[in-house]
Amino acid sequence: MDNILELKNIDKIYGVNTKNPYQALSNINLIFKKNSFNSIIGQSGSGKSTLLNIIGTLDSPTKGEVIFNNQDISKYTKDELAIFRNKSIGFIFQFHYLLPEFSAIENVLMPYKISNSKVNQDIINRAHELLEIVGLEKYKNQLANNLSGGQQQRVAIARSLINSPNIVLADEPTGNLDSDSTEAVYNLLREINKNNNTSFIIITHDRKIAEKTDRIIELKDGEVYTDIEK
Amino acid sequence: MKLAFNIAKRFLLSAKKQTIVIILGIAVGVSVQVFIGSLISGLQKDLVDTTIGSQSQITLANDESNQYIDDYTNIIANINDNQSNIKSITPTITTSGQLSINEDNENIVFRGFEFSSANEIYKIEEKLVENSTMPNSSNEILLGLNLKETLDLKINDKVYYNDNNPSAKSNVELTVVGFVDFKVLDLNSSWVVSNLETTQDILNIQTTETLNVEMQLKDVFEAANTRDSILLTLNQSNIEAVTWIEKNEDLLAGLEGQSISSLMIQIFVIISVVLGISSVLAITVLQKSKQLGILKAMGIKDCGASKIFLFEGFILGLFGAIMGILLGISLLFVFSTFATTSDGSPVVPLDINPSFIALSALIALTASTLAALSPAIKSSKLSVIEVIRNG
Repeated sequence: MDNILELKNIDKIYGVNTKNPYQALSNINLIFKKNSFNSIIGQSGSGKSTLLNIIGTLDSPTKGEVIFNNQDISKYTKDELAIFRNKSIGFIFQFHYLLPEFSAIENVLMPYKISNSKVNQDIINRAHELLEIVGLEKYKNQLANNLSGGQQQRVAIARSLINSPNIVLADEPTGNLDSDSTEAVYNLLREINKNNNTSFIIITHDRKIAEKTDRIIELKDGEVYTDIEK
Repeated sequence: MKLAFNIAKRFLLSAKKQTIVIILGIAVGVSVQVFIGSLISGLQKDLVDTTIGSQSQITLANDESNQYIDDYTNIIANINDNQSNIKSITPTITTSGQLSINEDNENIVFRGFEFSSANEIYKIEEKLVENSTMPNSSNEILLGLNLKETLDLKINDKVYYNDNNPSAKSNVELTVVGFVDFKVLDLNSSWVVSNLETTQDILNIQTTETLNVEMQLKDVFEAANTRDSILLTLNQSNIEAVTWIEKNEDLLAGLEGQSISSLMIQIFVIISVVLGISSVLAITVLQKSKQLGILKAMGIKDCGASKIFLFEGFILGLFGAIMGILLGISLLFVFSTFATTSDGSPVVPLDINPSFIALSALIALTASTLAALSPAIKSSKLSVIEVIRNG
């Protein structure tokens, strides 16, 4: 299977020029395969979110290279990174981060609208389809604020998929949800992974959930502690 | 572009109260600007009208005193053909002498007018008192209202005139056809008005000659330039021209002072509008930092994030300007309806100038958009990771 992402010798140090620099990541070397379903676990402060933010180009490593589809994205300009994030990455955050001023369907369409001035019928149909997949078709015109936490998270999942990204990065996507919703959301992500050929990297602190993924990477003190592939 | 505009619109609609308060702030600024501007412009026009509105604003004369301008019809035709700032132009002759009836004598100023054009400057016809008529044949005269009492005159009385000029005819019999209230004591007590031909005849000069050519201008503040242009196109070395500005330097200084104070008020209003919008939008950037962070994570470029706030400034400015104009015009209406003198006319006549109002709106719109510049830069610098990390 081809690689989608390669992390080479990644270091991340916060406060490099201060008296007390803090090394969040140390010499991370990881390769993620296309269409794979991965989880990253670890205790709070182990560097999970930092790693995910670097993969998602929201943060830059202090040292090392991020190779995406054989391209070194560490060298991209800010605008190139913005385009790259828009086209290639889908984000699902713990706190949903929907735009409360917009309805569910408008939130789903937002990543498409960022890079396309006109919204055609095909993409509207796709947004409806995605909302249907996450079970929210009838709430499509509700403002994001009027949806429950679980519903908002499912809208965020639909939104992450609208541009058919190569990879979806999810940071504790079920952190705020009850166990039933958690189960439903994971089943949904798994289904999308199978049907859409999208790679997933999911951060979770829940081992039970992690065990449902194909590969579990455990971080400890900023280093890869275990890396188990099923 | 369209997305940034839509996001700006939603951001503003999501905080309706805040948006209304900012729009009201801009509207008050614009309305003050429209009101003060119209008031000061009205004051200026009124002042110009009452002081120099009924007199010559550029006067041509022969550069040798007591000499006449020859062939004045050609000069008037030349000016009419070449100058665009001329509102009205007329030949006039001014001389002095004594008017007598029975035993009474009075020193007077004798003015000869071509009434058809002089009325535009001196508005003599409007100022006639009851039963008076305009002179329509030779040797008919109008008198200032006070002369009526001084000389105990009535309409159709015959009076005799002796000019101070030795070459003029003496003891010319003239018929009083009316009295004029010039609203200025000096003029009412000294002016005697007749037509140009009568005056030329008394002074024994040619019908092609006149003492002065007097003009009123469309833009009185352009008097100096118009004078220079007239002298240049006439190209007659024996003709000189004097503008109202040279005669009324204090008035010009006063008018300029008023213009500057009006400008200062407007500048300060704009500054307060800009600071108001800028500070409120700066707070909005903080309020919306979560949304900006997520938009950036989804791939909106820094310039796209900036545009959201520029559009916010533009939308606020647009509605503020529209509301401000409506408010300003209402204020003007209320002022001109309720602040009136005993005869029902406004205390200060307002000058409602649509292009000035449009300019005020345009300035508010530009200022609001520019006020959004600093929040826009701030939003473009906003780091996604800070927002994500801090929730």
